[in-house]
Amino acid sequence: MLAFTLRRAVQAIGVMIAVGIIAFAMFRFAGDPVSQIVSIDTPAAEREAVRKSLGLDDPVLVQFARYFINAAQFKFGVSYQFRQPVSTLLAERMPATLELAVCATIFAMVFGILMGVYAALRRDTLLAKLCQAVSLIGISLPTFLIGILLIYLFAVTLGWLPSFGRGEVVRIGWWTTGLLTVSGLKALIMPSITLGLFQMTLIMRLVRAEMLEVLRADYIRFARARGLTTRAIHFGHALKNTLVPVITVAGLQFGSVIAFSIITESVFQWPGMGLMFVQAVQNVDIPIMAAYLLMVSLIFVTINLVVDILYTIVDPRLRATVSRPA
Amino acid sequence: MTVPVLSVRDLKVEFVTRRATLRAIDGVSFEIAKGEVLGVVGESGAGKSVTGLAVIGLIDPPGRISGGEILLSGMRIDHLPPEEIRRVRGKRIGMIFQDPLTSLNPLYRIGDQIVETIRTHTNLLESAARKRAVDLLAEVGIPAPDKRVDGYPHEFSGGMRQRVVIALAICAEPELIIADEPTTALDVSVQAQIIALIKRLGRDHGTAVMLVTHDMGVIAETCDRVAVMYSGRIAEIGPVQDVIRNPLHPYAKGLMGAIPTLAGEDKRLVQIPGSMPRLSAIPPGCPFNPRCAFAFDRCRVERPEPIRQGAQAVACHLYDHAAKESAA
Repeated sequence: MLAFTLRRAVQAIGVMIAVGIIAFAMFRFAGDPVSQIVSIDTPAAEREAVRKSLGLDDPVLVQFARYFINAAQFKFGVSYQFRQPVSTLLAERMPATLELAVCATIFAMVFGILMGVYAALRRDTLLAKLCQAVSLIGISLPTFLIGILLIYLFAVTLGWLPSFGRGEVVRIGWWTTGLLTVSGLKALIMPSITLGLFQMTLIMRLVRAEMLEVLRADYIRFARARGLTTRAIHFGHALKNTLVPVITVAGLQFGSVIAFSIITESVFQWPGMGLMFVQAVQNVDIPIMAAYLLMVSLIFVTINLVVDILYTIVDPRLRATVSRPA
Repeated sequence: MTVPVLSVRDLKVEFVTRRATLRAIDGVSFEIAKGEVLGVVGESGAGKSVTGLAVIGLIDPPGRISGGEILLSGMRIDHLPPEEIRRVRGKRIGMIFQDPLTSLNPLYRIGDQIVETIRTHTNLLESAARKRAVDLLAEVGIPAPDKRVDGYPHEFSGGMRQRVVIALAICAEPELIIADEPTTALDVSVQAQIIALIKRLGRDHGTAVMLVTHDMGVIAETCDRVAVMYSGRIAEIGPVQDVIRNPLHPYAKGLMGAIPTLAGEDKRLVQIPGSMPRLSAIPPGCPFNPRCAFAFDRCRVERPEPIRQGAQAVACHLYDHAAKESAA
């Protein structure tokens, strides 16, 4: 188990180094950083001074090593547009994005699994067919459209929910949370649904398909022959087997929820990392873009690792192969 | 006469499809006494497994029991509501399926699966049920049961898993065990052990056993009586030695002729020409008539009913002497 985790951790570090190279390459190929910082009429001598102070005249390898060592300590340089350390900016924005992503994922998991199980167990009922139809809409409608439709309905027409922002937030240490105020919670509802709807439909369809598959399995028939209650068979035996692949997908989807929050954050003017990234792209703020790339990759890699470990907890068969390293 | 453990009378099972209603079981009747092992043989699709599933109430839609009755120790069980037949399953009837590799839920320890079954059917507490689980594993011949009880299914070999499945089937001391091809998926060497185990358990607990198989060797070794099924009907039923040594029905004769013997000379095995009819195209009269060398006009029109011949009963017009005499 430990050996397996360590091996996976080493692989994860390899991935992060590769991403680091790409992030570093952005500085080299997306134009001259110096001309992004200085104004047009800065004399050449001053430009050289800036270049030297930033260490941009050192050999590429030295620069890369320095960048990487800094990045490993979460020092991503100074933003061109805000003139503040990128890590400070990220730390300010991250709670908003993570809270949104977690709420969206919880929404997607809870409703996705409930609807999926229902659609599988009562697949001939009208409600189950309705679930299937709704899931098609969720899969095919683009996120920004859903967001705008929700805003039109609940913010503009009905006026129940705020159309933008996080509402009031409470500061706990460096973390800011909107979960403790009424306006913060209300502000969270629509962005979470918008962001989570696609994942929800995905999970629902996956759970339904897996559940139908599992219900045909021999051990389910044998469980029935043993006289177990329908409840025990459906929720004890079938659901647990269904969840094995669902964990993987939901885990990986959590990464893309964070990555795709760019669109939702833009629609709802949510003060998170995604919105900051979009602004950074508009202003060619490379330190922010590179840091965002690294952060998202780090989150992805971490989730992958966690999913792998979760997998072995749920499925004992994997533990056996793990203890015998291949 | 004591009441048989299982009594099936004129059982009919249908599968309703969009095109037609297919009759998989058409008028099957048999009884199994306490401690008796009844073998059910026949080709694939003869209705052996469906008969077993019908008895335990696991025929799923579009299939349904459309006629006849099933009595367990005198109690009718074929039209019980789902919740009541569930209480019968596992408690009064244990079932063993063909493939032990897929019969156990891979995510749960085998001990937990046994405890779950015991606690569904009895009022035993967790600790007592667990103790019983260990005892059961010991009884079915699993070494070091107190350790293995915490193992997962994938940690057991095929033969060991089938022993676990048997332990699960007998954990509530059922009156009847239905074993649906319990050895087909196993190695030959393991097959004999499993058969011996089922036989021993049946004898020790006085359990009636319905053993579905297509292996005549297993039948000869294990069963007290045997029913030969063909096309959803019982062609012949009787004591195992009689049916094997002196089969009456032309199909049973063909079946016995197709068994290779070790002592046999280089004789070609007897082959029954043709194949069993599809359910959608069962011929009128005796379903075996197109393949039967002795078929006469009556076989193509009138369906034969079982006729007693000593201890055997055979559904064949050849043995209807009364009718023959009256015709002559």
